[in-house]
Amino acid sequence: MRISYREAMRQALHDALASDPRVFLMGEDVGRYGGTYAVSKGFYDEFGPERIRDTPLSELGFVGAGIGAALGGMRPIVEVMTVNFSLLALDQIVNSAALLRHMSGGQVSVPLVIRMATGAGRQLAAQHSHSLENWYAHIPGIRVLAPATIADARGMLAPALADPDPVVMFEHAQLYNMEGKLPDNWQCDIERAAIRRPGSQLSLITYGGSLPKALDAAAELARDGIDVEVVDLRVLRPLDTETIAESVSRTHRAVIVDEGWRSGSLAAEVMARIVENCFYDLDAPPVRVCSEEVPIPYAKHMEGAALPQPAKIVAAVREVLNV
Amino acid sequence: MNETGGKTKAGTGMPVQPGRPFAHRLLADMLRIRRMEEKCAELYGAQKIRGFLHLYIGEEACATGAMHALDADDNVVATYREHGHALLRGVPMDAIMAEMFGKAAGCSRGRGGSMHLFDAARRFYGGNAIVGGGLPLAVGLALADRMQGIRRVTACFFGEGAVAEGAFHEGMNLAALWRLPVLFLCENNLYAMGTALDRSESQTELCVKAASYKVPTLKVDGMDVLAVHEATRRAAQQVREEGGPFFVEFRTFRFRAHSMFDPELYRDKAEVEEWKKRGPIHSFSAQLKAAGELTEDGFLELDAEAEAEVAAAVAFAEAAPWEPVEDLLRDVTTPGATR
Repeated sequence: MRISYREAMRQALHDALASDPRVFLMGEDVGRYGGTYAVSKGFYDEFGPERIRDTPLSELGFVGAGIGAALGGMRPIVEVMTVNFSLLALDQIVNSAALLRHMSGGQVSVPLVIRMATGAGRQLAAQHSHSLENWYAHIPGIRVLAPATIADARGMLAPALADPDPVVMFEHAQLYNMEGKLPDNWQCDIERAAIRRPGSQLSLITYGGSLPKALDAAAELARDGIDVEVVDLRVLRPLDTETIAESVSRTHRAVIVDEGWRSGSLAAEVMARIVENCFYDLDAPPVRVCSEEVPIPYAKHMEGAALPQPAKIVAAVREVLNV
Repeated sequence: MNETGGKTKAGTGMPVQPGRPFAHRLLADMLRIRRMEEKCAELYGAQKIRGFLHLYIGEEACATGAMHALDADDNVVATYREHGHALLRGVPMDAIMAEMFGKAAGCSRGRGGSMHLFDAARRFYGGNAIVGGGLPLAVGLALADRMQGIRRVTACFFGEGAVAEGAFHEGMNLAALWRLPVLFLCENNLYAMGTALDRSESQTELCVKAASYKVPTLKVDGMDVLAVHEATRRAAQQVREEGGPFFVEFRTFRFRAHSMFDPELYRDKAEVEEWKKRGPIHSFSAQLKAAGELTEDGFLELDAEAEAEVAAAVAFAEAAPWEPVEDLLRDVTTPGATR
């Protein structure tokens, strides 16, 4: 069956709400409006205003309330409209959700899922185009997910809700309209990276909204006889070092694609782990394709130039392979 | 003075002393906090306790009066000046002292310290060291209770400094908008660290702020333990019966510095001395003596009991073993979930 990423996420949320009375969805315009990205359309009528809870524009307040509700025995799903606004809730996510278990000596857990859209590409300019997944992936105590496929959009929420600790889920805004076949076995773990396209000459490692770009680049390279493996990180914390190292030690080369800015990026962390684990297997220095170090511009051609694109990925792969 | 509300005994978790008049129990609890913290200050000097240590000395009537007005099953969310709240919620003094020492026998396994005392079994959701950080958590705890059909009050303590934070306004609005059973208890000690209230707020009447969110309010003398108890009891009752939030302001004063690093350059010694005359232990025991309900021997007996409890707690903390460094990475995530 072909469905959209949005529909896959909607089905996952519906399952969660229908199967566990402790689950509720809370956030800005999740209810009457139907969700900013229309993911929760129809839920308000089906599950009611208590469980599809519209909030004021109080990111710090309602994320904190989600943490408190999780402490109190519920399984909240808090939707922060976008990662850009999550900065207003950063204190509660970092200082409460991530720390409460440790500060209490293991007495309490925070079984909370925080969903947010991320990324650029729609000419929304600098304040609505951030990719700050790495900020969250830096913090011990939270798990960070980046579903980039129809199956992961359908499958990641259930294990995220089953996790007794806070999970932050990034949904790249460019993916919602993506359509694809929902496989029968869409159930998945939230532990491991996945090889999306097997290949032999180079490991192209990426996540989230950059996955389709990496796959496009790999397809183009294949037409020229260049065989590239595409690795989808899926889980940004904890990183699945094993899958990354296994792939790179086989292909001996790596290019990392990350929509975050280069300095202090997740790509930098992946590269460090490759160097730590596969140094003697490498035939060339790893290379990164990241966003340029500029706030994301409004003008379409400038925005496009700031972000990783298939052409840049292809060029980087050719550089590493020297072909 | 011999009020014996059914809620008070069950609510505190302290050693049950059925024969002791209620007023004596209040006095005894204020003394327990005072003597414990005086010892903490001494142990800080001896470098047994490190980090930040925020003493509650002078403010004991607030936690004592308020805790005696809560039920044992109520949630409590507190601040980084929470030693007294934890103690009166029933966290054993041994476990509090061991936490201050950083020992694994501490109530947060030595991972939290003075600012992060926790006791999940007693629904004490911690010392929170981000000013205002507890308010949204309290809203969420109350929301969880409401959604699960549990009739329980969530008491949220914070200082007047927190009212400058967005978390105060967002939390107050959410609790009022959703009619959640949160009892907001503001301990107004007039100074946010070194900044006086009138130097940081255009509106210094805190009840006005809460009332602007349609939250009912009470303002009470936080140096008077009976007044605190009565106000909290009334407020908690209304929250329990009507479901919505309530805001109580306790006017109080901290006699010691903000923390052990504070040279107290921002306030006059005369102001401190003036407030000390109204010290909650001193004034309440004088009141009881004048009413013929307490003798000097009776006071000394309560004080000696508190001192003995402190001595035992210190001995416990001293003797408790250190957590092995091999355990460093535990309690970051929940066991069973890989990270």
